[in-house]
Amino acid sequence: MFLITLWGISIVAFSLIRLVPGDPVLLLLGDRGADPQLYAEMKEALGLHLPVYRQYFEFIINALQGNLGNSVVSRTPVLEEFFARFPATLELTFMAMLIGITLGIPLGVLAAINRNKVFDYSVMFTSLIGYSMPIFWWGLILIIVFSVTLGWTPVAGRMSVLYDIEPITGFMLIDSLLQAEDKGAIFFDALRHLALPAIAMGTIPMALIARITRSSMLEILNEDYMLTARAKGVSKLRLYMIHGLRNALIPIVTVIGLLVSSLVAGAILTETIFSFPGIGKWILHSITARDYPVIQGGILLIGALVIIINLSVDLLYVAINPRVRVS
Amino acid sequence: MLRIAVLLMLSLTLIAAKKKTFVYCSEGSPSTFNPQIAMDGTTFNASSKTVYNRLVEFKRGSTDILPALATSWEYDNKSMIWTFNLRRGVKWHSSKRFSPTREFNADDVLFSLNRMRLKTHPYHKVSGGRYEYFEAMEMSKLIKDIVKINDYKIKISLTKNFSPFLANLAMDFASILSKEYGDKMLKAGTPEMVDTHPIGTGVFVFQKYAKDSMIRFTANKNYFGNKTPLDELVFSITVDKNVRIQKLKTGECHLVAYPAVQSLDEIKKNKNLVVLEQEGSNVAYLGMNTKVKPFDNLLVRRAINHALNRKSYLSTVYKNTAVLAKNPIPPTLWGYNDKVKDYEYNPDLAKKLLKQAGYPKGFTAELWTLPVQRPYMPDGKKAGVLMQADLAKVGIKVKLVTYDWPTYLSKASAGEHQMLQLGWSGDNGDPDNFLSVLLSCAGVESGANNARWCDKEFDSYIRKASSITNVSKRSALYKKAQLRFKEQAPWVVLAHAKVFRAMSKRVRGYKIDPLGSDRFDGVDLK
Repeated sequence: MFLITLWGISIVAFSLIRLVPGDPVLLLLGDRGADPQLYAEMKEALGLHLPVYRQYFEFIINALQGNLGNSVVSRTPVLEEFFARFPATLELTFMAMLIGITLGIPLGVLAAINRNKVFDYSVMFTSLIGYSMPIFWWGLILIIVFSVTLGWTPVAGRMSVLYDIEPITGFMLIDSLLQAEDKGAIFFDALRHLALPAIAMGTIPMALIARITRSSMLEILNEDYMLTARAKGVSKLRLYMIHGLRNALIPIVTVIGLLVSSLVAGAILTETIFSFPGIGKWILHSITARDYPVIQGGILLIGALVIIINLSVDLLYVAINPRVRVS
Repeated sequence: MLRIAVLLMLSLTLIAAKKKTFVYCSEGSPSTFNPQIAMDGTTFNASSKTVYNRLVEFKRGSTDILPALATSWEYDNKSMIWTFNLRRGVKWHSSKRFSPTREFNADDVLFSLNRMRLKTHPYHKVSGGRYEYFEAMEMSKLIKDIVKINDYKIKISLTKNFSPFLANLAMDFASILSKEYGDKMLKAGTPEMVDTHPIGTGVFVFQKYAKDSMIRFTANKNYFGNKTPLDELVFSITVDKNVRIQKLKTGECHLVAYPAVQSLDEIKKNKNLVVLEQEGSNVAYLGMNTKVKPFDNLLVRRAINHALNRKSYLSTVYKNTAVLAKNPIPPTLWGYNDKVKDYEYNPDLAKKLLKQAGYPKGFTAELWTLPVQRPYMPDGKKAGVLMQADLAKVGIKVKLVTYDWPTYLSKASAGEHQMLQLGWSGDNGDPDNFLSVLLSCAGVESGANNARWCDKEFDSYIRKASSITNVSKRSALYKKAQLRFKEQAPWVVLAHAKVFRAMSKRVRGYKIDPLGSDRFDGVDLK
């Protein structure tokens, strides 16, 4: 199933970029593309003179051997380019999900407990706004408020140019702590750089998780066993957190899994706005440059990643839902 | 918490005070660090303009040619040989991988130029082995041989007399790389390191590249020319143009590439920032196919020149980011003829000329509009609609046509058009790069001369100019050529798009480059 899905992704990635207007040869050659000889030579050098089916066939054969080709622009292997940028995206996605989950779940629980009260309405209203805001616009608003007006955070990037640190793991927050000197200041700097992109990217998950948690909790709160627990005098904390939230978590985990997958799309926009050097920005740049090998290979790798995430969510679902485990 | 934050901010400021770091918010990532195998300005800024030198170089902010790694040169017309005397005492950069044991000499020049022209060169196929710019400038056809006379003298023999050759040598692809470094990397089995971890002689030393994020350079303390007062130069890669501006406002960068045009007024109002602007080395034109009727008629071509209200396009199409053009070369190039009288907008005169030409009721024609945005033309369709309306006023019914970009170019090269929009961005600041490529008789054959205009008088001027080296004599010939061009009107010359840069008022000594690149030699921070 995994391979069939990947095969499907490869066809979509391969054909979609070729349907988009724009010729990679002309983009590389600029005005000099008018020279038919130069154009033909370049096309042949990039392997684009072959019929499309042959290009796809070669792409698949090479991919099966672990070779996704070289970037047309940088001429470095696609795999190498992917793994150079992947830690940045993973760090950003992790922080965005952390914001989404740690704020979304408590807000949803509190809204459910305070159903039809001012707190409930305000959480639902703000989450609706949060869910509806385009990331691009929201990112720029955050920059204007927190970076330009208040000066609390840097506008963009991953690390201040004052620090010249060698990547060890590729995760800036970890690497900063592994430095011999100034680790506190470097960690704080990396955190300040990560704050706005993580908030921009974590807002939609937070809003969605809050809404799902609320509705899931409301269902659970009306269950007979909750009434029984309350009648038995179980403390409020135990009632809501153990009897309530644990059972309400099942649909929430499913939504979180789906959200992680959709964050890849969010990463493209967030990383572009905040000049965050991850795979989202890399893919977008490659689409603009019509860098076919990067787009094909990159999307294939992202596809594989999403499938793995979904599989992990299914396994987690089994772990937290005894009914599934037993069946 | 607030105290900690304040302390951290203070410590950051102190670190900043120790080093003079110039931060340039660049628009994208370089494709390589070897300008020989690149064609984009982003790569050139990060490699040839910082790390490398060439035999000759363009003067900052102009297209005049100055000595660099060559201190003097001479050309012999009869033997078609250029002799270059090389600079002594030029030190190569060093890095963790490489410590040079010798200074720059003739071997490095041969190593660098031969890599692009000789298939037998051990580096020819490294990193893809494509030298598009070198080939596009026809350097492999032009260079017959390169000979080392001694360590500090080389001779380059050409296949024909071609004076713009010197300007070609000032171009980024002609950067000089270290042979010793090349040999060492080849021996180590990592030749591609030469292209990814550059060793040059330039004003800045490459330190590190964090992909899509940042490039760090330090000052070359051993530079042979004027040393930079900066300690560090950092390229902070920021793709989004709005974000670049925000970073400029907060002081995270000192200079930004390609600021968004719509934010220029806002930047001008900011008391800490300044906007620089200059005509770019480009031209946009409406070419008329002089090989087909009715455009073979000079009166018709002149009528069309009078019929178009080009000034109005500057505000509507270019949003005031271009200047009106009257010559096929931009005013920043030497040899520009400012005495050429432009065609005024005069529909009545246009009608008269059409009548004289035998078209009292006008005619019907196709006009091809650019299907893509180019540096010299932001909106071909809109420009086409305005041209259509202007020409209708004098009785010329225009049908607007367009194709996808490759088809557009190949059909234009084949001469299938009547009128078409096109343009050109210059490569080396030599008028020949515009006039010969776009308007010579040879250009008709190659397809680059879209007007398919082959004028013997014009062609004799530009051919003679390209065969002599005296700049003032060449300039005089190009001025005559421009007069002839205007008289014969194969194009309606539209505009020269401007180049903008936004920077902090702390920046000193920065000059906009007419060829569109960003150079930081001679730049300081107050």
